[in-house]
Amino acid sequence: MNERELLLAVADDELVLGWRDSEWTGIAPVLEEDVAFSSIAQNEVGHARAIYQLLVSRSGSGEAGASAPEHAPSSLRMQDADGLAFDRSPEEYRSSQLVELRFVPDWARTIARRVLYEAADELRLGRLMSSPDPAVAGLAAKIDREEAYHRMHAEMWQDRLRDEPRFLSAVDELFPHTLAMADEDDHEALIALFKPKTEPSNTVLQALGRGNHADGWPELWAEMTEVRRSVPGATW
Amino acid sequence: MNIYEVFRQERKGVAFEHAGSVAAPDEAFARAYAHEQYGRRGESSALWVVPREAILEVEDFVDELNKNYHRVDGYPLKAKLAEARERAGTSLSRS
Repeated sequence: MNERELLLAVADDELVLGWRDSEWTGIAPVLEEDVAFSSIAQNEVGHARAIYQLLVSRSGSGEAGASAPEHAPSSLRMQDADGLAFDRSPEEYRSSQLVELRFVPDWARTIARRVLYEAADELRLGRLMSSPDPAVAGLAAKIDREEAYHRMHAEMWQDRLRDEPRFLSAVDELFPHTLAMADEDDHEALIALFKPKTEPSNTVLQALGRGNHADGWPELWAEMTEVRRSVPGATW
Repeated sequence: MNIYEVFRQERKGVAFEHAGSVAAPDEAFARAYAHEQYGRRGESSALWVVPREAILEVEDFVDELNKNYHRVDGYPLKAKLAEARERAGTSLSRS
């Protein structure tokens, strides 16, 4: 994955996870958590927006974008962040299956995903923060400062649910999805962190890999883009 | 669930003011929830998060003998000041 592809994958993960987590707005187990969780979900969408903006601002200036050939994937031809977020076909999204799964009303899986996702996201953000491209490194550092609170939130829930069987089995269940979402360079660190009983086979990882979407993805995509598609080309 | 009272400092150097409360199972959650409820819009430069039981409340202010001279409004100066001016010959009505 080159850096541009990685950025698109990160942005798509953040957008889709923000969407999935916002499904808890109004129905979280307690009011305070409702506010906190919705706020985190909104932050993730904000991160996606910032990365999409960076990607489109770059796409005119050289390697892709305005100069992209007609047959190039539409992700390289979009003119603004909204287009990139909502005007692609479902198969063009680079989101991972971990973030696409729908968990409402299962809080144990929802929190397990947050814990796993934040751990994997921290590793890849760390790599982006040392990018030779100052705009990328700067944006990654900005995002990371906000993610620090998301990690704090995930860690306190992890600590609270550490003896809860439903949470522990959700972590086991979703660990393969997490490895499939992460860069191979980060697998060792994630295995050391979560110490899974068994490591997923390459066949499993391939099936869960980016590009293969989760079962509920077409419905989620349809819902996410519904308003945008209702009046194509409109100025909102 | 415990109740934690949250005090908010709007910017460095000014006094903390009571902002509201959060319900949380422990200190870590209280901290995180206070951060989200009272800080996510950049409206605070710092928060104090205090378990409600830790607050010592004082609310018994009896004034059976009406000792209003303990209070600023119980000791009106206007009339006394006019009288003193009269005596000193600097009354406003003469000047």
